[in-house]
Amino acid sequence: MTTVAARQAAKPATMAQALQRAMRDAMAEDPTVHVMGEDVGTLGGVFRVTDGLAKEFGEDRCTDTPLAEAGILGTAVGMAMYGLRPVVEMQFDAFAYPAFEQLVSHVSRMRNRTRGAMPMPLVVRIPYGGGIGGVEHHSDSSEVYYMATPGLHVVTPATVADAYGLLRAAIASDDPVVFLEPKRLYWSKSDWSPDAPAAVEPIGRAVVRRSGRSATLITYGPSVPVCLEAAEAAQAEGWDLEVVDLRSLVPFDDETVCASVRRTGRAIVVHESTGFAGPGAEIAARVTERCFHHLEAPVLRVAGFDIPYPPPMLERHHLPGVDRVLDAVARLQWEAGS
Amino acid sequence: MTVQELPGAASYRPTPPPAWKPRTDPAPLLPDPEPYRVLGTDAAADFAPAVLRRLYAELVRGRRYNTQATALTKQGRLAVYPSSTGQEACEVAAALVLEERDWLFPSYRDTLAAVARGLDPVEALTLLRGDWHTGYDPREHRIAPLSTPLATQLPHAVGLAHAARLKGDDVVALAMVGDGGTSEGDFHEALNFAAVWQAPVVFLVQNNGFAISVPLAKQTAAPSLAHKAVGYGMPGRLVDGNDAAAVHQVLSEAVARARRGGGPTLVEAVTYRVEAHTNADDATRYRGDAEVEAWRQHDPIKLLERDLTERGLLDEDGVREAAEQAEEMAARLRERMNADAELDPMDLFAHVYAEQTAQLREQAAQLRAELDAEAEGDHR
Repeated sequence: MTTVAARQAAKPATMAQALQRAMRDAMAEDPTVHVMGEDVGTLGGVFRVTDGLAKEFGEDRCTDTPLAEAGILGTAVGMAMYGLRPVVEMQFDAFAYPAFEQLVSHVSRMRNRTRGAMPMPLVVRIPYGGGIGGVEHHSDSSEVYYMATPGLHVVTPATVADAYGLLRAAIASDDPVVFLEPKRLYWSKSDWSPDAPAAVEPIGRAVVRRSGRSATLITYGPSVPVCLEAAEAAQAEGWDLEVVDLRSLVPFDDETVCASVRRTGRAIVVHESTGFAGPGAEIAARVTERCFHHLEAPVLRVAGFDIPYPPPMLERHHLPGVDRVLDAVARLQWEAGS
Repeated sequence: MTVQELPGAASYRPTPPPAWKPRTDPAPLLPDPEPYRVLGTDAAADFAPAVLRRLYAELVRGRRYNTQATALTKQGRLAVYPSSTGQEACEVAAALVLEERDWLFPSYRDTLAAVARGLDPVEALTLLRGDWHTGYDPREHRIAPLSTPLATQLPHAVGLAHAARLKGDDVVALAMVGDGGTSEGDFHEALNFAAVWQAPVVFLVQNNGFAISVPLAKQTAAPSLAHKAVGYGMPGRLVDGNDAAAVHQVLSEAVARARRGGGPTLVEAVTYRVEAHTNADDATRYRGDAEVEAWRQHDPIKLLERDLTERGLLDEDGVREAAEQAEEMAARLRERMNADAELDPMDLFAHVYAEQTAQLREQAAQLRAELDAEAEGDHR
């Protein structure tokens, strides 16, 4: 990836700003990058993630489309066929479902179908997850649908720096990337300078956010801050927890995850998505298959309940929080194993 | 006492909105009341004889291609074949009206259009033979992969045409869909996007009467499928889909219009699916012989042959020559399709991603080991 021209001092920036900057830099460097979606132009997106792009690059490069998700992604496929790199915004997780057929039947298969002759270098940005008090259809964790579709990469940042670095990597990728943006982290801030992402690794590498010896919390996106907070709280109980931020659900970084679990001997997968046949089911199975002889306890899952996403006044009971994570840690058979 | 009569009513009456008027005049967008025809009318005299002769040769070849492909299913050389017998005029005209730089977006029934555009028939039939999905490089031929999910290729055509226009290329995309496909959401979205973006696209709907077994009357209540264009703000054209000259003319005009920046057109070609949906279908369950026979009398090759013969543009030698050329093509196709396809199971992992993931490398190794064990077993 090319580095950003001017080295800038770190100052507080939000994840939304980092994402905007990633698209802006990509558009400035590569005239084939086109942003498209509902309200992404004049308004700058309902979360303002595309703020200023239409003004800077013109409406042909940052386009307000008709309100039709299948049409947006379907036309993006055609644009990619002609050599463009579309970056599509789906306004909300649950509004992306009409585009599902295009994603599954065409975006994910085009490279394979044509024996590599026609790759699909496009990004589908989807704000996902709950915790912002959204009414029905505004808080889904839909990652498992995309994870179950071969041919897609599925990426989700948890930090401001990763938001920039991973989105740049996604736009540069010759494969289609479903880029899941944890919407409750849009306004999270950290000191970040646009040139920091030079250190960001390519898509497919997890990162240890916190080192620990007692157990591994395997998590991603909006649950990363929850796990870091839980790890701090666990210290009082005498548990030294490691937190692995997956960053990329597909491809899955077995290496980093298993190295951590083999070190600690215990693992919990934490995510907002429903537990039954959720991402944690796959992750727990993978860890068990690969690390069985290192495990002191079954791999546990802390997930959203197997219910349709709750109304906003009840969502706090659904979302895995610090207490639920700590309860799971307590169930990791400490007496028997150590 | 009404609201208007109340004292001070004017102060809480909303400001009158601006006068409503339609955004475009619908009259010029409306299709003709009858399908447009050329053959057997005065318009035929104005038609370039060279184009008509070319259409004739291609139609005869196309018919032979259809019968040969159907025969290959009976010999187990094709997994399935959705025949376009009876629809050759649409298939051939769609290919011939395009320039080399243009793009064709076929559905699964449109292998003939791809072949008429110059694609190797064996490559066109790869999907239906089952040795891979798309047997050709779409960019080399500017033919999109044959689309099986109905109407999903239409937004692709719009996006590609839009991208070409943004780039300043005068490329036109012609997208093919059937009458059943017009009920899909992607049909609606594609036409709407095309009109809003004024994308250089031509939508060719082959109304062949049936979506597998379901007749058009159960598909739509629209006056015609061409009428749907008006709702999107683009012209709709209704044409006799078995009149090769008429289809060629209407599509040529739509392509020219798109190329000069005039935006998209929806063309409904009224035709008939003479064969069953595929070789696996039984059409006698949903339609009678009399209906099929009536359409056989309105056969695209017969119509063209009659017109050309009557006007002295085609004689017995010409008919025989076209038939011989078609037979040669069929013989070559038969011979090549009778050879077993070359398969490499390891290809299953080769093109899922630009770079194989660690997980796919593991699975590829597993299959490799299974294949090796299988080969060893064969040797024993």
